[in-house]
Amino acid sequence: MSAYTEDDQDTLYGLMAEFETPGQLVAAARRTREAGFRKFDAYTPYPIHELDGAMDLHDNRVSLFTLIGGLLGCAGGFTLATWVSAVAWPLNIGGRPLISVPMFIPVTFECTILLGGLTAAISMLLMNGLPQPYHPVFNVERFVNASRSKFFLCIESADPKFDRQDTEGFLESLGPQEVAEVAK
Amino acid sequence: MQPVELPDKIHVGPVIDQGHSLASVSDKVAGIVLKRKVTLGWVFGLLLSFAILQNLMAGATWLIIKGVGVWGINIPVGWGFAIINFVWWIGIGHAGTLISAILLLLNQSWRNAINRFAEAMTLFAVMCAGMFPVLHTGRPWLAYWLLPYPNTMALWPQFRSPLLWDVFAVTTYLTISAVFWYVGLIPDLATLRDTAKTPGLRRTYGLLAMGWRNSARHWQRYEKASLLLAGLATPLVVSVHTVVSFDFAVSIIPGWHTTIFPPYFVAGAIYSGFAMVLTLMIPVRRFYGLDDIITLRHLNNMAKVTLATALIVAYGYTMEAFFGYFSADTYEKFMIWNRMTGPYAVFYWCLILCNIITPQFLWSKKIRTSPGILWIISIIVNIGMWLERFVIVVTSLHRDFLPSSWGMYWPTVWDWAVYTGTLGMFMTLIFLFVRVLPMITIFELRMLLPDATVKEPVAQ
Repeated sequence: MSAYTEDDQDTLYGLMAEFETPGQLVAAARRTREAGFRKFDAYTPYPIHELDGAMDLHDNRVSLFTLIGGLLGCAGGFTLATWVSAVAWPLNIGGRPLISVPMFIPVTFECTILLGGLTAAISMLLMNGLPQPYHPVFNVERFVNASRSKFFLCIESADPKFDRQDTEGFLESLGPQEVAEVAK
Repeated sequence: MQPVELPDKIHVGPVIDQGHSLASVSDKVAGIVLKRKVTLGWVFGLLLSFAILQNLMAGATWLIIKGVGVWGINIPVGWGFAIINFVWWIGIGHAGTLISAILLLLNQSWRNAINRFAEAMTLFAVMCAGMFPVLHTGRPWLAYWLLPYPNTMALWPQFRSPLLWDVFAVTTYLTISAVFWYVGLIPDLATLRDTAKTPGLRRTYGLLAMGWRNSARHWQRYEKASLLLAGLATPLVVSVHTVVSFDFAVSIIPGWHTTIFPPYFVAGAIYSGFAMVLTLMIPVRRFYGLDDIITLRHLNNMAKVTLATALIVAYGYTMEAFFGYFSADTYEKFMIWNRMTGPYAVFYWCLILCNIITPQFLWSKKIRTSPGILWIISIIVNIGMWLERFVIVVTSLHRDFLPSSWGMYWPTVWDWAVYTGTLGMFMTLIFLFVRVLPMITIFELRMLLPDATVKEPVAQ
C-alpha cells in the first residue's frame, strides 16, 4: 500500500483497532476524541452507554421524529373519525352530537401509537443509514467478532487529522490486540 | 436434606448462570439455529402441529362454502367460539408485550432471556386471534370493509362502535408488536450472519440484518428507538384489552355492562399470557438445554406475576357477583344466579377451580421453582381463562331479558375444527421460530454478563 495519504483516501477506508474488553474500548474512544479525531466509530457486541459520553453521542432526533409522528397520528386519527362521522356519513341518532369526542378517543389513541411507533423504528433505521448492503468495515476478517465478543475502534481516512503512519502509531499506543487496515 | 432459609437470590439462582462469557452465550443461542441438528422430536412436533393446522383449513373451507350457520351460533347466542377464542388468543399475546415493553421500562433485567420468545408468542397469538373475527364475518373476502376507505357505496364505518375500535386496536397491536420484535432482532440477525458458515445462510441473515454493523453511533439511536417503542407499546397493550372489553361493556347485556371490565380483562390477559409463556418455556428450556439462561429465577418471577394477576382476576369475579347481587336489577341478579346454578354452572365452577383455587399453590416457592408442577398449573390456567371467556360470552347472552327468547349454545364440530386449527397454527409457528431465529435476545443477554461491565484502565 502506498505511503501517500492522497492515495490512501482512495483505497483505504480507515484503520481499525481491536480490543479485548469494553473498558479498554471506552478509554480508547475517549482518547481518540480527545486527540481531535471526529470521523471514527466504535463497534461493540451490545450497546455500551459509557460510549455515549466518551464519544460525545447525543443524537435526539429519533425522539423528535417520534413525537412529530405521534402528534400527526393523533391529529390524523381524530380528523378521520370527525370527518367520517360529521361530514362524509352523518347519522342523526336522536339529536346526539355528530362530533362525539369521547367515542373518538380510542381510534385517536391507536393512531397516535401506530404512527409514533412506526416513526420511531423507521427514523432510527434511516438515520443509521440502514438498510446498507455494503460497508468497508466488513472487509476486516476479524470484524465478524464485533457481533460476538470483541470490541473495535475504527478511525476513518476521511478524518482531516488522519495520517496513515501517525494514526497507526496512535492506535498502537491505545494498547489494542491488533491494528488492521480497512480496505474501501 | 435439611431445608435452609436463604435469601431469595441465592435460593432461586441468578439471572444467568456463572461461567458464561460474551462468546459462549452468543455461540450457545446462535448454535441452536445454526449448528444443532434437526432432531426427530422437532420434526415430529412440527408435523403434528401442521396436521392439526389442517383442521383450520377444513373448518374455514366448510365455513366459506356453507356460511356461519355451520357453527353453533344462533340467536340469542350470536357470539360463540369466534369471540371466545378471539379474546383468549389476544389475551395470551399480552404477556409478550408486557415482558418486552413494561419490564424494559421497569429495568427488570431478568426479562432479557425470555422477551424474544414471549414477543414471538404475542405475534403468533394475535395472528390466531385475527382469524376469528374475519371468519365470523362469514364473508372473509370482504373483511376490508372494516377499514375506512373511500368506496363506490359511499359508506363509512361507524367510529362510535367498539367493534371498529377493535379493528384499529388489534391492527395497531399486530403492527407495533411486529415492528418491536423485528427491531429487537436486527442485532441478533447480524450475529447469525457473522456466525453462519454457508454463503446461503450468510446472505439470508445478512439481508434480514439490513447491514447492521454494531456501530456505537447506531446503538445510541437504536437504544433510543427501543425505549420509545417500549414507551408506546406499554399504553398500547393496556388499551388493546380495554377496547376488547368495550365490545362487551359498551353493550347493555346483563353481565357485560359493567365498569370493572377493562381492568379485569387486562389483568386476565396478562394472567393467561404468563401462563402460556410458562407452558411454552418450560419444555423449551428443557429440550434445548437452556436451564443456565432461563433459570429457576425466571420461572419463579413468572409464577409470581401469574399469582398476582390471578388475585386481580379473583377480585374481578368477586366484584361481578357482588355487582349482580347489589345492583337491585332483576336481570343482573338473575344473570349471576343463572351463571352459578344454571345450565352452564359446571363451566363457571370449573373456571373458579382453574383460575382462583389452582394458582393458590403458587404461594409456595417450592412449587414456583419446580418446572413440572408449574407446567401443569400453567395448563390449568390456560384452560381456566378459556372457560372464563366462554362463561362471559355464553351465559350473558343465552338468557337475557325475555324468557321467550332464551336459548342454549353448544359448539359444533366446525367450531372445534377452527379452534383446534388455530392451536395447530400457533404451535407450527412456534416450532418454525425456534429453528430459524434466535429464540433468546443474544445482545441483551451479553449485557447481563460480568464481562460486559465497563472497567476503564487507569490512564497513565
